[in-house]
Amino acid sequence: MNIDWFFILEKIVLISGVLVISLVVAMYSTWGERKVASIIQDRIGPNRAGFMGLLQPLADGGKLFFKEEIIPGNSNRFLFILGPSLAMVVACMTSAVIPWGDTLTIAGHTISLQIADINIGILYIFGVVSLGVYGIMLGGWASNNKYSLLASVRAASQIISYELAMGLSLIALLMMTGTLSIKEIVEQQRHGGWNVLYQPLGFVIFLVCSFAECNRTPFDLSEAESELNGGYHLEYSSMKLGFYLFAEYINMFISSALMASLYFGGYSFPYMDSLGLAPNLVTILGTVALFIKIICFLFFFMWVRWTIPRFRYDQLMRLGWNYMIPLALANMLITGAIVLYRSTH
Amino acid sequence: MQALTSRARQVDRKPMTFIEKIYLWNIIKGMIITFKHIWKRKETVRYPEQKRPFSPVFRGLHILNRDAEGRENCTACGLCAVACPAEAITMEAAERKPGEEHLYREEKYAARYEINMLRCIFCGFCEEACPKDAIYLTETFAPANYKREGFIYGKQDLLIPAPGEKNKA
Repeated sequence: MNIDWFFILEKIVLISGVLVISLVVAMYSTWGERKVASIIQDRIGPNRAGFMGLLQPLADGGKLFFKEEIIPGNSNRFLFILGPSLAMVVACMTSAVIPWGDTLTIAGHTISLQIADINIGILYIFGVVSLGVYGIMLGGWASNNKYSLLASVRAASQIISYELAMGLSLIALLMMTGTLSIKEIVEQQRHGGWNVLYQPLGFVIFLVCSFAECNRTPFDLSEAESELNGGYHLEYSSMKLGFYLFAEYINMFISSALMASLYFGGYSFPYMDSLGLAPNLVTILGTVALFIKIICFLFFFMWVRWTIPRFRYDQLMRLGWNYMIPLALANMLITGAIVLYRSTH
Repeated sequence: MQALTSRARQVDRKPMTFIEKIYLWNIIKGMIITFKHIWKRKETVRYPEQKRPFSPVFRGLHILNRDAEGRENCTACGLCAVACPAEAITMEAAERKPGEEHLYREEKYAARYEINMLRCIFCGFCEEACPKDAIYLTETFAPANYKREGFIYGKQDLLIPAPGEKNKA
């Protein structure tokens, strides 16, 4: 049997690279969150640990690792540990189908900067993201605490409600592009312009729903301190709590990457094919462009968090079911009509 | 109804329009406001490096004063303890022995003088009550301590250093 060792090595390097980058970005998102919060509130923010507080995430991580680990006596120990692990694993898994760049050619080998270009990439992401609810549900259930349980029930129903509108807004995009592979969607935008120009309403709905999916303000009802004592991770301490918080930031990073790829051209940037540079250089520039887009989205996530107060639960549900879903349906109908008109004329 | 202030506004209870119900427009308005704050002056005082001046009437930790020759002013009359609303001051009086004239200004002095800084409310009544100009409030505050006993300040903490004596603080 002939095993392509180069292929295996390439994928291992790529997986480790993407994993390390997601973790580092998530780490520095915590720093960015605090910096954005502080400048919006006319403060300075972390500035003690290292230059501009850049070592703050390391200090926070070290602190979380050395904190006392408490597992409540009446909790289900197995599920209690499984909860944060699942949240973390699921958050990391989504990065597999996102195209981080075009292809690199090194010594005759063509390397795609995407771990797996599966032709149902978007379905895969939806499937994995839905699994993320289990992390929260298990954590809330295993804590054996009414507040945690209430928070996880809230989180689950919120995520399910908004997944509908998210899926509907995506269907419009899929009707337009005619593919489920994220790589192909990006390639189409590389030649035909960004999808946000053709799907502005779809993008707004997708954006709002991804806030809800990430449990971010204004939809962070699952961790409403004032009513739930901290939410589903109330009983968690030490690095298990850290995993939950970290998973939230990784989810934010991945959904930023997804939005950049689906609506803002992913790794493509204007005039990338007419620059006349070496293909490898263009690929690297494309990856840089993708990361700039991701950072803009991350900033947007934080900016919204420090602007808008939390919705009430009934407002959240009404917004999701009464406004987001009908808007998404209308968007889908209009797109469908235009696609049909285009194909017949 | 008559409004109580000129700033009173009638609450708008009209049902929200569709645009308001999807919140987007108001959210954008709010985000413009927060974005403008990026360029506002930062209010932070970087504390250990940068200190804000105290008010000129600030009342902080007490000191026990000496006269020009370095003798303790306090005669343990107890007026400060009587004036103290928080009952933070206790003292024990002693009689000056011959040969101690260079230490104490008058025939009676405080052998023990304690202020409990956890009880003290820094009202400054002791300073006002003192007939001998012996107790003053300064512009510092009590540093943190691990034990309650550490906040009971004795004479060695309160007395200002005598002339020629090395400053302990």
